[in-house]
Amino acid sequence: MVPDHTIMSEEEVSALLSRYNITTEQLPKIFHDDPAVKTIGANVDDVIRIVRKSHTAGRAEAYRLVIKRPKK
Amino acid sequence: MPSPKRIGQIEFGLLSPKEIREMSVRKIIWADTYDDDGFPYPQGLMDLNLGVIDPGLRCKTCDQKASECPGHFGHIELAKPVIHVGYTRLIRKLLRVTCRSCGRVLLSPDEIEKVVGTEDDQTGELLSEKDVKKERICPHCGDQQLKINFEKPTTFSEVMVEEGKKVEHKLTPADIRARMEKIPNEDLIPLGINPDVARPEWTILTVLPVPPVTMRPSIILENGQRSEDDLTHKLVDIIRINQRFKENQDAGAPQLIIEDLWELLQYHVTTYLDNEVAGCPPARHRSGRPLKTLSQRLKGKDGRFRGSLSGKRVNFSSRTVISPDPNLSVSQVGVPRAVANEMTIPVRVTTHNIEELKQIVRNGPLRPDVNAPCGANYVIRPDNRRLRLADGNLDTVADLIEPGYTVERQLRDGDVVLFNRQPSLHRMSIMAHRVKVMEGRTFRLNPAVCPPYNADFDGDEMNMHVPQTEEARAEATILLSVHENILSPRFGGPIIGGIHDHVSGIFMLTHGTRWFTKEEALYLLRYARVEHMPPPGKVDDGIQYWSNKQIFSMILPDQLNMVFHASSCQNCDTCKKEMCERDAYVRIIDGILESGTIDKKAIGAFDGQIVNRIIRHYSMRRAADFIDDLTKISIRAIMFDGFSFGIDDEDLSKTEYGQIDEVLKSAASDVTRRIKIYEDGQLEPMPGRTVEETLEMQIMQVLGKARDQTGQIAGRHLGLGNSAVVMAVSGARGSMLNLTQMAGCIGQQSVRGERIVRGYDDRTLPHFRKGDRGSDAHGFIAHSYKGGLNPTEFFFHAIGGREGLVDTAVRTSQSGYLQRRMINALQDLKVAYDGTVRSTGGRIIQFQYGEDSTDPTKSAFGDPVDVKGIVESILKEEV
Ligand SMILES: [Mg+2]
Ligand SMILES: [Zn+2]
Ligand SMILES: [Zn+2]
Ligand SMILES: [Zn+2]
Repeated sequence: MVPDHTIMSEEEVSALLSRYNITTEQLPKIFHDDPAVKTIGANVDDVIRIVRKSHTAGRAEAYRLVIKRPKK
Repeated sequence: MPSPKRIGQIEFGLLSPKEIREMSVRKIIWADTYDDDGFPYPQGLMDLNLGVIDPGLRCKTCDQKASECPGHFGHIELAKPVIHVGYTRLIRKLLRVTCRSCGRVLLSPDEIEKVVGTEDDQTGELLSEKDVKKERICPHCGDQQLKINFEKPTTFSEVMVEEGKKVEHKLTPADIRARMEKIPNEDLIPLGINPDVARPEWTILTVLPVPPVTMRPSIILENGQRSEDDLTHKLVDIIRINQRFKENQDAGAPQLIIEDLWELLQYHVTTYLDNEVAGCPPARHRSGRPLKTLSQRLKGKDGRFRGSLSGKRVNFSSRTVISPDPNLSVSQVGVPRAVANEMTIPVRVTTHNIEELKQIVRNGPLRPDVNAPCGANYVIRPDNRRLRLADGNLDTVADLIEPGYTVERQLRDGDVVLFNRQPSLHRMSIMAHRVKVMEGRTFRLNPAVCPPYNADFDGDEMNMHVPQTEEARAEATILLSVHENILSPRFGGPIIGGIHDHVSGIFMLTHGTRWFTKEEALYLLRYARVEHMPPPGKVDDGIQYWSNKQIFSMILPDQLNMVFHASSCQNCDTCKKEMCERDAYVRIIDGILESGTIDKKAIGAFDGQIVNRIIRHYSMRRAADFIDDLTKISIRAIMFDGFSFGIDDEDLSKTEYGQIDEVLKSAASDVTRRIKIYEDGQLEPMPGRTVEETLEMQIMQVLGKARDQTGQIAGRHLGLGNSAVVMAVSGARGSMLNLTQMAGCIGQQSVRGERIVRGYDDRTLPHFRKGDRGSDAHGFIAHSYKGGLNPTEFFFHAIGGREGLVDTAVRTSQSGYLQRRMINALQDLKVAYDGTVRSTGGRIIQFQYGEDSTDPTKSAFGDPVDVKGIVESILKEEV
C-alpha cells in the first residue's frame, strides 16, 4: 500500500538538483515525523525518493525534502 | 529561478495608542464638517490636514492636489477608554486565564508545559480557556479568582458571592484595561500573542484613529446639498458624545450620568467598527437605512475583498439573453445591432487605411440595418482628446483625420469577440467567436456549442467581451477560438457536437435505406458546404435517386475510414455486422457511409467518434466545418419528416394493457407469497443478511423485474415510428426507462435505495394496515404516468422525487465549493520547459506533468498513439 520510500545519497541529490536546476528549497517537502520517514530513519534535510505506481505512466518517481514540522 | 520578491512572513499586530497618535496629523475635536461657506472647519472631521477631496484645494499636510494626496489619518482622544468589539473574544479569554490581582496566567510552569510542550516538541497547542479551571486560586499570589461573565456585545462582569447570593459586578473598560496592563510579556507567548506587536491593553481604545477624508468623501447632490459618508456620520456621533462626556466629567457629574454616557460612547464606537454585531441595535441613517460602517465595507459579496479586489467590473463587455440559431456556424455569434452599434474597436489611422476609416467616420454612429456598413462612435486625436461623433460633425471630423488619429469603429461581421457563460468552470466557458450582426435583442449561437458553456435557452444570459488590441485579438483567435476548443482537456474527447434534434435528425436520415429525388437531396444539403453531387445511387423510370447514406457521406471528408458500433447497438453476443437488423454497425470506407446509422456515438457532444477521428486525421478546422455541415443537414432532415410527441404516443393496445396487468398481478402475488414464507419463518437468509433484509431484497428484485417486463411489453408496441423511441435509441434525449414509466409502470419509489418505510407506527400511511409488507404499502407504483397515479402512489412519488431534488442541490453546492478551492490552489501552476509542474516561486509540484508528460487533448484516450485508428484507416475494416 505505502509506496517505496528510500533515502537518496549525496551524489544522487546533487545530480537531482542539477537536473532540475533547483535548490533543495524548491523540492516538495515531507515532515520529519511522517510515518514513512520514521520507518526508513531519514533525518531533517535528507531527500527521499518515492516510487509510486502511476495510472498514466506505470511507474513514477517523486522526491521530497525532509523538514521539521513547524509549530502551530 | 526564484521570483524577485518573496514574502518571508506576515506580522499581525494591534495599533498602540502611541502609534495612533504618531501617525495622526491632526487632533480632531469638532463634530462639524463644513462652515456656511462650504469651507472645512479646522480640527473638524473634514480638516484640510486629513487630505482634500474638493478640486482646487491643496492638502495642508502634503501640499498636493486632490488627485495626488493619498489622505492622512487624524485622531480623537476618547474621554474614557472603550472596548474594541473586534477583540471581545480575546479580552474574554485573557480575563479568564489571568489572575485578577497579579495578572499572571493561572497555571504553574509545569501545567503550561503540559499544554504548550517543550521548545522542540511539535505537538503543543496554545493555551485556551479550557485549560484553566473556573474560579481557581492563583498559583502565583494565591488570590481567589472570580467567574467572568460576558454579555454581547461588550459587557464584562465578575460574579461575586455576597451574603450567600451571587452578585454580578460590572467591569468598566478602564478596569479591564488595568488588568490587561498587568499581564507580563512572558505570559503572553504561550497564549499565542506576540507582546512586541500586540499588548493586550491595546484592545481597549483610549484614542481613536480618524480615517482620511479620501476614504469617506462627501458627495454633492443635484440640489447642491452636501451628503456625508456613513463613516463621517458615525464619527460625528462619536465626537459629540465624547465632548459631552468630557464636559460632564469636568463638571463632576453624578456617577449615574457618567456611566450612561460611557455606555453611549461605547455603543457609538462599537457600531462605528461593526454595525452588525449580535445584541446591538444597528445605527441607522435618518431614512432608516442601517449605516455601512468599517466592517460592512470589507465583508460579504460586495465588500472590499470579494467585490473590489478579487472581482471587478470591466468595460467593453455586454450581456443579454441567448437564443439558438442553427444556421450560424459554431464559430459565430449573433450580436444584436443595438449591441454592435454601442461596442467599438479602436483602429489607428495609417496611410493604408485612411480612406476606409474616413468612410467609416462618415457612416456615423447610427447603423440603420444589419447589412449597412459599420460606423464609428468616437475619434481620438493624437493629443488624446476624444471627439464624439454625432449627426452634425461627421464630415468635419472625417476631413480632420490623418495618420496618428484613432477611430473607434463599431463591431462588424467577422470581428473576434470573447463569449462567456457563468459559472466559468472550465476553459471552454470562454471562447472566441466571430461576430454576425443580427436584428433582434438576443445573442444567437449554434446549439452545438451549448455543451461547453452548459447553456440552454430557458432564459440564460451570456456575456460578450470585445478585445481592444491586436495582441488580444491574436491571442483570442489562436488560443480561444471555438474550433481550437472542440476537444475537452477533461477527457480528451470532443465536447462540441450534435445535441437533441441534431441527433434525432441525423438518426432519422441515416437509419436503414431511403431514397431521395434530386429536389429532396438538394433540400437536405442546401446549407452544407457541398459543391458536387455524386452520381445517383439508382435510376428508376428515368428518375435519379440518391440514398440517405450517400447524402450523409457528402459532408464526410474523403479518405475517412472507420468502423464502430452506434449508440443503438445492443451488444449482441455475435455481431451480425452489416446484416444488423438495427443497422447499428457503422462502416465508413473512403469517406462513404457503407452501412450503419449515425447517432449520438458518431456525432454527439461528449462522444462524437467521427468528430474525434476527423480532428486526429485532418484538423480542428475540418472538424468544425463538419459540425457546421452536420447541424445544418440534421435540422433539415428532421424537418423533412417532421418530429413531434404527444400524449397519444404513449398509448398501447388492449393486448399490451392486458399483458401488463398480468405481469403486475403475478408480481404482486409473488410478493405476497414471499411475505407468507417470511411470516411462517421459512425464509432462508442470504449470507451476511438478516431475514428482513433478505425479504426486502427479494421484493425489490421481483418488483424491479416486473417493471422492466412492462417496459418490454410497451417497447414491443412502440417502434421506431414513435418519437420517444427514436430519441431514446439514437441517444438524443431520454431513455427507454422514461418510456417504460410513461406507458408501462412507474415502479418502486425509494429513499436511500430502500423501499419507503417511514411514516406512522408500523405503516407508511393510514391507508394501510399496520405491519403490511405488501408492494403498494411501501411505495410501488403500478400505474404509468399516462394511466395516472392513485393518491397513495402520488404521495410516495413525491417522497422519492424529493430525495432526488435534495441530492442534486447538495451535490452541486458541495462540488462547486470543492472546485473553487481546487482552482484557488492550482491557479498559478504551469508546466515548465523541462516538463515539471512548478509554482510561481519555481517550486516543483510534480516532476513530470501528469507523470507521463501527456496532454490529454493530444492523446488517444490516454495512449500516446491511436494504434486502432491508424490500423483501421489503412486496412479499412474493424480491428
Ligand atoms: Mg438555463
Ligand atoms: Zn495630503
Ligand atoms: Zn495572582
Ligand atoms: Zn452491434
